[in-house]
Parts: sequence; C-alpha cells; structure tokens
Amino acid sequence: MDGQKSVRLGVKKPLRLDCGVELGPFSVAYRTSGKLNKDKSNAILVCHALTGDQYFIGPHPTTGRPGWWEPMVGPGKPLDTDRFFIICANVLGGCIGTTGPTDINAATGKPYGLRFPVITIADMVRAQALLLDELGISDLFCVTGGSMGGMQALQWAASYPERVFSAVPIATAARHTAQNIAFHEVGRQAIMADPDWHGGDYQQHGTRPVRGLAVARMAAHITYLSEAALHRKFGRELQDRKALSYGFDADFQVESYLRHQGITFVDRFDANSYLYITRAMDYFDLAAEHGGVLANAFHGIRTRFCLFSFTSDWLFPTNESKDIVRALNAAAADVSFVEIETDKGHDAFLLDEPEFHATLAGFLDGAADHRGSSRSATK
Amino acid sequence: MTKVAPRKSDSLRSDLKVVADMVATEARVLDVGCGDGALLDYLIRHRGVDGRGIELSQAGVNACVSQGLSVVQGDADTDLGYYPEGAFDYVVLSQTLQATHKPRSVLLELQRISRFAIVSFPNFGHWQCRWQLLRRGRMPVTDSLTEPWYETANIHLCTITDFFALCRDLGISVDRAVALRRDGSAKIVGNNVRIANFFGAQAVFLLS
Repeated sequence: MDGQKSVRLGVKKPLRLDCGVELGPFSVAYRTSGKLNKDKSNAILVCHALTGDQYFIGPHPTTGRPGWWEPMVGPGKPLDTDRFFIICANVLGGCIGTTGPTDINAATGKPYGLRFPVITIADMVRAQALLLDELGISDLFCVTGGSMGGMQALQWAASYPERVFSAVPIATAARHTAQNIAFHEVGRQAIMADPDWHGGDYQQHGTRPVRGLAVARMAAHITYLSEAALHRKFGRELQDRKALSYGFDADFQVESYLRHQGITFVDRFDANSYLYITRAMDYFDLAAEHGGVLANAFHGIRTRFCLFSFTSDWLFPTNESKDIVRALNAAAADVSFVEIETDKGHDAFLLDEPEFHATLAGFLDGAADHRGSSRSATK
Repeated sequence: MTKVAPRKSDSLRSDLKVVADMVATEARVLDVGCGDGALLDYLIRHRGVDGRGIELSQAGVNACVSQGLSVVQGDADTDLGYYPEGAFDYVVLSQTLQATHKPRSVLLELQRISRFAIVSFPNFGHWQCRWQLLRRGRMPVTDSLTEPWYETANIHLCTITDFFALCRDLGISVDRAVALRRDGSAKIVGNNVRIANFFGAQAVFLLS
C-alpha cells in the first residue's frame, strides 16, 4: 500500500455541482495499492460507503484497525493487488482529506459548516473522474463498491460508460427508498438536536456534537445488521452482570455493543460530513435523471455488469438489485446478478463471505478474458 | 491475467450438442434455463458467441458467474418480458419449456426478443411413454423423464406432433427439427413426423 496522497483539482476550471455551485480548487485524498501496468488497463476504482474512507487497506490512521475491505483486497484476493491497480478516494464532502464541510471556506476564512454546497453521488463521481484524469488513467477495468459505493459504481457506468469496462455494484440500489431516507433523517435530527452542533458551526465554538453523531451511528448500525445476526451475536445476554439492573445502564450486550459503535465512530467521523453524505444518498435516483426510466441510463452501454445482493440485507434488499438487472436487460446490457445467502445483513459486503468472493473473482477473471479477446480482435 | 479454468466442454450432453450445432458463430445468444452454464461455456469457447444466461436456481447462477459467464437469476415465465425486441440472434430454451407455466406466451416472447429460437424438450410421444401408460397405466419414468409425477417440475409435457401443431397455430416457422433417440443418435425430422414422434426420446427445434 502506498501512502496517503492528495491532489488539488478544479484549479483551472471549477467543478460545477448539481446544486449549481461551482467548487474549486478542491482536494481529493486517495490511496492506491498494486501497480498500474504499462498500458494503464488494470485500474480498479473502489468506491467507499457512507462511513467508509480511502483506507480500504489498513491500518487506519485514527483507529489503527484493518482497512474496511481488507478481506477483499490484497495479493491473491479477489481484488488481487498482484494483478490490479486499486484506487480508492475519499468522497467529496468527506472528512478524511477530501474537501468537505470542515474545510476552510476561502471566501470567509472560516470553516464551511452548512455553507458547504450540497453534493450528490454524481458530483462525487465527477470528482473521481477528475482524479483519474490527473492520474492519466483514461478508463477503468472495473469500478466497484458496496452500498453508497455501489451507487457511485452505477453512476460511473451511466455518466462515463466509455471509461468503464466492467462495473460491480454491490448491495445497492438505483435510488434511495423512502425507508432509507427516513433512517437517514433520524440520524441527521439526532446530530442537529445536539446542543454542541451549534447550527453546524461547532468548530468555531470549540465543540463537537459527539452525542448526536453517536446516536446517528447507533441507529444506522442496526440497519446494517440483521435480526438473525444480532440474535446470534447477542441474543438477550446481559453485559457484565448476572441480573437485570432495573435501571437504564447497558444491561444487555446489544446495548453495550451499540454504545461502543457510537462512541468509536465519533473519533473518526465528522458530524457535518455525515449530514452531507447521507443527503447525497437520499438524493440519488438514477432513473429520475433519465426521464423516470432506469433502462435509459444504460442505453447502448458496453460495460459488463455484475450485481450482488445478500439475502438478509433489508436496507438494500435483493429486489433493489433486481430492478437494476431488469433495467440493464431492457438495455440489452451484459449483466450478471448473484444473490448471496447469508444472515449477516447489509454489512455482509464488508465481511469474509467465501461464495461472494469466489463469484466476484470469477466475474473479474471472465471480464479480463473478455477484454483480452476483444483487444486482440480489434488489433 | 489468469485464464478461467477450462471445463470439459467437449463432453457436452448429446441434446446440447445438437443445440450447439444450430448456432451460428459470433451470434448473440441468450440461454434460458442455462443450468451450470455448460452450453453457454461451449458456445463462447467454440463458436465465439456473445452469450448470456438466465437460470432459476441461485446455485446455478453463482456457479456460472464464478466461471466468468454472464448469468442472472430469473424465470422464463416472468423475465423474458424485460428484454427488448430483437435483442438476440438465438434464444435457447433447452429442456425448460415443459416446466414453464405458459409455454405459449414463452414461445411468443422468444420470437419477440430473438431472430431464432432453439427449443428442446422430452418427447411424451416416445414409445416408452406410450408403452408404460398402456401396459402399466402409470405415468412414464424414462431416461428423459426421470422423476416420478409427484416430484417432477414438468407441468406441460407434449409430443413432437403437438409441438408442430402449436408452432403452426402461432405462425412460428420450424426451420429444422431433430429427434434424439435413446442412444443419443440424432435424426432430422422429415416428412414422417409420426416416426420421429414414436422413436424420438427428445426433440430439438430451430424456430424463426
């Protein structure tokens, strides 16, 4: 793994965002692993999820923990760093090095806070495209990611089909559902209800809305798991005690676990970034940009797709993936779709799921084969 | 980059071999009910086709995708409607039609999305079926119809003669029909459909 890198983009020409604001110059922080080959044909862009970052391989600088996609990426793994050049960038609006609401607004000399423009998934992808331009990579062998990362993979294919040879959107959807928007709203309200939030200007007040952000994380974390996984892990087991306390301490292990998730999250994530990135997901609706017909987003596309869903994922259930598959079929696109049987819920895409990894590796092998033969055919 | 491990693609089942021989090289092919992908894999390797598959069982789909084949989970009865008109040169429906809920509309869908359709099915008019019904009065269990009636997925069995009649009713032209005998030998169904219907254990039709 190479070290943390950062580029300034939008220097000559600012990036025009969906909201109409022009942003630039701005920074994008990214990391890479593996080696770019001579003809620059082995690049894979990994897109991170809502609370992910560019540390797909660890250790993470704040937590010291392994990277979020360590089971998937590395020598001999499906995203094989002996074969592929893997790039992962912190999304626009993020808080780990890419320009976001914690950064100083050049116009005011103060942190943006809520004066940072609202960004969209398409904006994130535009920023990534500029990063690839900067790296001299014209096209990607593959773009992949889970959850919000999958949204970016879909957006990549729709926005830059000629730059994407294959796309692997995992545990994702072509639009955020009402239920998903509702969960995000709970999280945002928890942050905004924290008196330390100060209308988003907590940096000037020398505070951090850690309680609100922790509650947001706790609520969201439940949606990443499944009832079966929670039961298997915790059941109704008590935490460090033999009997109920008849109070409001964390009697149950599951409470203690969630509190821990909340507390550790605030060390590595910014509350305003959480607001902005959840908003970007809520606004995502790929069909809406194409006259309400998702198939139109993929008309004439030559990208090879492979979608994955997980049986116990109720946040991005299989049906959402199937809608995308149907749209791709309607566009006569080359598509594979795999549903993986697991009780680990939405988070399964981050975990060691042997069938998931084997199928993804097989798809990439097939795509590499196909690319090899189509290249030799065009010679 | 590493190659997908080649499978024993030359040991293709005899009915699939007949199907494969009907497909032109470099065609766009959709294999409906592609199972573990043996036919698709063969067509891609030996005919250079642009091949896709639909398979009902998730285990089959996963096996196909991990071999590098483009396959989605789906159902012939409900999912063909999502494909645009003329999306393929050939749609293959091998040993699947008799398990669909609406064979008639499935056939019409095949016509809509593809120039040619290749349909194979077990022939219920085979002498063994007739004999078992006549002699024992029991539902036939044969090499092509392996499951007893309470286990089988086959809900719309037909004979070769039946299938010719349906094609005529639907205005579908039969470009070629092949009857497969028990020993795997293939015979073109000529003018004498009755003979083919008696001796053919399975049939493969090329429709347009």
